[in-house]
Amino acid sequence: MQIFHRSANSIAKVSIVGGIVLLGGIIALAYTIDRGAYITDVRVVRTQPIPFSHKHHVLDDGIDCRYCHTSVETSARAGLPATEVCMSCHSQIWTNAAVLEPVRESWRTGQSIEWTRVHDLPDFVYFNHSIHLNKGIGCSTCHGEVQNIAFMYKQNTLYMNWCLECHRNPEKYIRPRSEVFNTAYQTPANQAELGKKLVAEYHVQSLTDCYTCHR
Amino acid sequence: MKTEEVVRPIPPDIDPGPDHVLGPGHDIATVTDRISGVIYQPLAKTPKPWFFAFAAAFALLQLLLIAAAWLFYKGVGVWGIVIPIAWGFAIVNFVWWIGIGHAGTLISAILLLLKQDWRTSINRFSEAMTLFAVACAGMFPILHLGRPWLAYWLLPYPNSMWLWPQPRSPLLWDVFAVSTYATVSLLFWLTGLVPDFATMRDTSKHQWQRVLFGMLSLGWRGSAKHWSRYQMAYLILAGLSTPLVVSVHTVVSFDFAISILPGWHTTIFPPYFVAGAIYSGFAMVITLAIPTRKWFHMEGLITMRHLEAAAKVMLGTGLIVAYGYAMEAFISWYSGNPYESFMYWNRMTGPYWWSYVMLISCNIAIPQLLWIRKVRLNLTALFIISIIVNVGMWLERFVIVITSLHRDFLPSSWGMYYPTIWDWATFIGTIGLFTTLMWLFVRFVPMLAMFEVREDLHHMQHTGAYEVKPLPAHGD
Repeated sequence: MQIFHRSANSIAKVSIVGGIVLLGGIIALAYTIDRGAYITDVRVVRTQPIPFSHKHHVLDDGIDCRYCHTSVETSARAGLPATEVCMSCHSQIWTNAAVLEPVRESWRTGQSIEWTRVHDLPDFVYFNHSIHLNKGIGCSTCHGEVQNIAFMYKQNTLYMNWCLECHRNPEKYIRPRSEVFNTAYQTPANQAELGKKLVAEYHVQSLTDCYTCHR
Repeated sequence: MKTEEVVRPIPPDIDPGPDHVLGPGHDIATVTDRISGVIYQPLAKTPKPWFFAFAAAFALLQLLLIAAAWLFYKGVGVWGIVIPIAWGFAIVNFVWWIGIGHAGTLISAILLLLKQDWRTSINRFSEAMTLFAVACAGMFPILHLGRPWLAYWLLPYPNSMWLWPQPRSPLLWDVFAVSTYATVSLLFWLTGLVPDFATMRDTSKHQWQRVLFGMLSLGWRGSAKHWSRYQMAYLILAGLSTPLVVSVHTVVSFDFAISILPGWHTTIFPPYFVAGAIYSGFAMVITLAIPTRKWFHMEGLITMRHLEAAAKVMLGTGLIVAYGYAMEAFISWYSGNPYESFMYWNRMTGPYWWSYVMLISCNIAIPQLLWIRKVRLNLTALFIISIIVNVGMWLERFVIVITSLHRDFLPSSWGMYYPTIWDWATFIGTIGLFTTLMWLFVRFVPMLAMFEVREDLHHMQHTGAYEVKPLPAHGD
């Protein structure tokens, strides 16, 4: 008594391989989506109240990071500039530019400008900007070449594995303290020796205990 | 196949007593008819007790769903767990269910390698019991997680945190021990079912059943090549399962033994946990086999030979467990360790003294009745003792988990554990899940290995151990 068509044999064999391929494909797809921009927001530009360009201010005007992010060397937070900092220039130049109206409005009313946060770490992570700078980790190591980014986006995922990559191998990313604000800094050819030397000189510890960040 | 219309004589359901594995009057065809007949009978013709048992089991399963939903909504605070008794019922039940599964593996694997005649016919039934018990067991550690939706963190997978599970923790060993056990048990069970599914495919009268069983039997044609490969695969699986009988509960006992808590930190835990597991497993086999064989008239296939042998294994493993208790008590005195001796004295006379007394009566005292042959051959007595042993083995885990935890090194951290209604609902609910699956299995899957009984029958016929009485001629 024939229950199945002859083709059932082939279907059965193909379905074994097909099952494995399908399962692998689903896993690969899930992994790709999970690590892609859809989930991580890497290279996704956020809309801001003012089309502020880091590229223009850093590359064209040559303004130092610390002119606006004043507390970056001494505190956990880099700090966002007060409207007064913007107005130190923009009370003199581009005073009638339409795009800058929100700045002038903030200046008149005393209401802060509400920027959309681009680099937002989870609340259960303790992060301190000053210690990283003082141990020779430059701005661009995490935030990318800001002088080439017009509208700000995340250059990195800020995932824990990304943090750990550097915490486990700080010698790969460390640079001289004099270079930390150089957003165009290029890793030198002798990073292997330089990194080791700087790690020793700055007493950099490879801190990977849970409570380093989860306090 | 049309000749099937000839009415075959109904195979007898006479228990041949403790010396035979097969009742009188059977031949190869009647064995198949008797076992597959359970599945082929119309649903309405299913024995009434099965319906009652299934309804009860299904109601308890709903209780589990309610308890689990409430737990997920409110958190583990709905249970009675407190500091220092943070493990409570969840771990008691986990160890209990995992232990019950062990009888199935022992029967299928070790008794196969030892060529025990009473293995056949109860092996499939016990393997199914293993699978369902492991399913119940596996649920508890996950329910016990504060955030059960993150249970996949137990598995090593490439995650964005670059974290791996802690390989020095016995709780992680558990994950691998139990998941390996579940996988191998499932493969063993399904492999054993293939030739029987093929029989079902060839004997069913409905096209949809033929297609269903045809797919499940994976193209089995019963050729000599098929059988030779099948035997090899089955032996390999038996070889893989054999160490699991010992290793799984050993790893479970490490959850306790690796810690430094008095009452847990003992080297005797692995062997006596394994013995206890087989003890409770055989008790559960008896508890389930006695009603099942009655409902479906399987007395000629699950005979007193099977039940008495299971009772003997129960008696033997029970004595090993008794030795374990005795050694624990002895060492707590002989070691001279004040914490150990306090722990054991507290276990016997402290606030949970009643659980210890019940444990000794259920697990050690009452099962001694099994020395008496008359008791072993009395179905009612055997059934009651098997339930008492099930209760006793649950109490053993209760005593180990609760009494060891509630009196810590520091009197300031001492506490008491009071299970809440949700503790009980979850526990009783898993009994519902287990019995629901079990009753579905006995009704809709060949509960005994048809081809293995036929093979045994053939061998016994040739050695003269069994005489097939000539039956009226019938079709094919």
